[in-house]
Amino acid sequence: MDELNQSVLLKKGAEASLYLSNWYGRKAVIKIRDPKKYRPIVLDRQIRSYRTIHEAQLLHQAKVAGVASPLIYRVNVSEATIVMEYIEGVQVKQYLSRVSKTECERVCLRIGELIGKLHRENLIHGDLTTSNMLIANDDVDNQGKIFLVDFGLGEKSVELEAKGVDLHLLKRALQSTHFAFWESCFKDIFMGYRLVVGVELAEKVYEKIIEIEKRGRYVEERKQL
Amino acid sequence: MVNTQKTSSDNESRYCLGIESTADDFGVGIVNFDGDILTNTVDSYVPMEGGIHPREAARHHAEVASKVLCRALTDANIKVRDLTCIAFSMGPGLGPCLRTGATVARALASYLQIPLVGVNHSIAHIEIGKLKTGAVDPVTLYVSGGNTMVTAFESKRYRVFGETLDIALGNCLDVFARHVGLKNQRGLPFGAAVEQLALKGKNFIPLPYVVKGMDLSLSGLLTAATMQLQRGNCTLEDVCYSLQEHAFSMVAEVTERALAHTEKKEVLLTGGVAANKRLQAMLEAIAEEHNVRFNVVPQKFATDNGAMIAWTGSLAYTYGIVTPIEESYVKLRWRVDKVDVPWMN
Repeated sequence: MDELNQSVLLKKGAEASLYLSNWYGRKAVIKIRDPKKYRPIVLDRQIRSYRTIHEAQLLHQAKVAGVASPLIYRVNVSEATIVMEYIEGVQVKQYLSRVSKTECERVCLRIGELIGKLHRENLIHGDLTTSNMLIANDDVDNQGKIFLVDFGLGEKSVELEAKGVDLHLLKRALQSTHFAFWESCFKDIFMGYRLVVGVELAEKVYEKIIEIEKRGRYVEERKQL
Repeated sequence: MVNTQKTSSDNESRYCLGIESTADDFGVGIVNFDGDILTNTVDSYVPMEGGIHPREAARHHAEVASKVLCRALTDANIKVRDLTCIAFSMGPGLGPCLRTGATVARALASYLQIPLVGVNHSIAHIEIGKLKTGAVDPVTLYVSGGNTMVTAFESKRYRVFGETLDIALGNCLDVFARHVGLKNQRGLPFGAAVEQLALKGKNFIPLPYVVKGMDLSLSGLLTAATMQLQRGNCTLEDVCYSLQEHAFSMVAEVTERALAHTEKKEVLLTGGVAANKRLQAMLEAIAEEHNVRFNVVPQKFATDNGAMIAWTGSLAYTYGIVTPIEESYVKLRWRVDKVDVPWMN
């Protein structure tokens, strides 16, 4: 890609590399899903193109559902790249570990609402972690707005299972990243979630999460037969 | 918690005997506190057909226990009176098997009047990997018949960054092998049989690839692989190859994610499935790409063994961790992230 010539590597993640670039005068991020040498070419191509398509679709559908996400400028499936808007801001992961308890509660509640908005439209993020949430701090209209990014593992699904897994993964991510206060975070997130999806669905999803946890290996709560 | 760490010369003459009995292997290992393995003796239960029957495996363990113990002590050339403590795998694992090992351990400890140390089996797999490879603070992929998880040390404990949402990788390969009619042979685990067949596979058959966040799911892959074979028009070799490529790519991807997330400088592959050369090659490629050191546990210590329990027991004991006999109940579902590992600080 020509744009890469004037780009700076922002982050080399496990799955993709992010480059800071310029898109007709706007600051942009180029997300490239790098080929992985360790897996067969057929599988590699399939995974990369599939995730590029899904990510682009979900980035768009999230906005329709009322969840802020970066604007898409260009998608190239065969190269597995997406050029998107650059969000000026901090990761929620860093933000949560430095703010007050009240602010943490407010942000978690808000995150729960956003997930609820996605799930209400049957959109599954697929990789909900506090690294994939950004709090914008540019000086224009995005100030303080929470953006969701990295929809590569996302899907559209009406199944309760998908929603349950989505939140279960977030819970697990909180446990490993914010082990000191993950419980209150998750409680607040779920409160926000319930506000949006309604008590009935929230209860069902909650039961599903417990079911998913019991299915896992070496879970103490799992009933013995 | 009392820190009773002694100097290295003391450690050399202090010994820990470890008993492993979580599943089909009954193992006894003896180490000194410096990490020299004096013996690693094991006797495995081989089912006539099907998978491990917990009660039958436990019966096997009870039958061979004294023989294995004697052989270990002779091998190591030390007297029981020289032992500093007795370690045993307290979980996770199969209840009847764990209880058999625990009974032997309790009897020894109370007879010799030395401390008993309950060890988490998963942590033992990580610790033996570190001991044998020199890894210090790695992202560990632990894959075996009962476990599939990616862990890394973070604030007092080995945290689980990714794990299977259903069955374990080794279990997936075992069940597949049995289902397609491979026979159990002593010295050749099912996983190795699948590996050999996979080498002859040529055609890549698309199967479900399920990575959810940092976790993965293998049950759908197992079903799809067996159904693919039933449907015909493909060879067993091709299915073995494709099954391995999918399953290993999934655990490799999760490991890579944990590596990027934690920014650790080492990767460690441990557990029974670590013996698979294809899986080793995949992880090595990832390590190379991220510029980190790749470590794989030697084959001898990849499967369940007593030495890893003994070594982990000696580490725990050094940091004052002992298990009073009256509190030495086995824990069938003892998660790795429920255990403090003070020796890592």
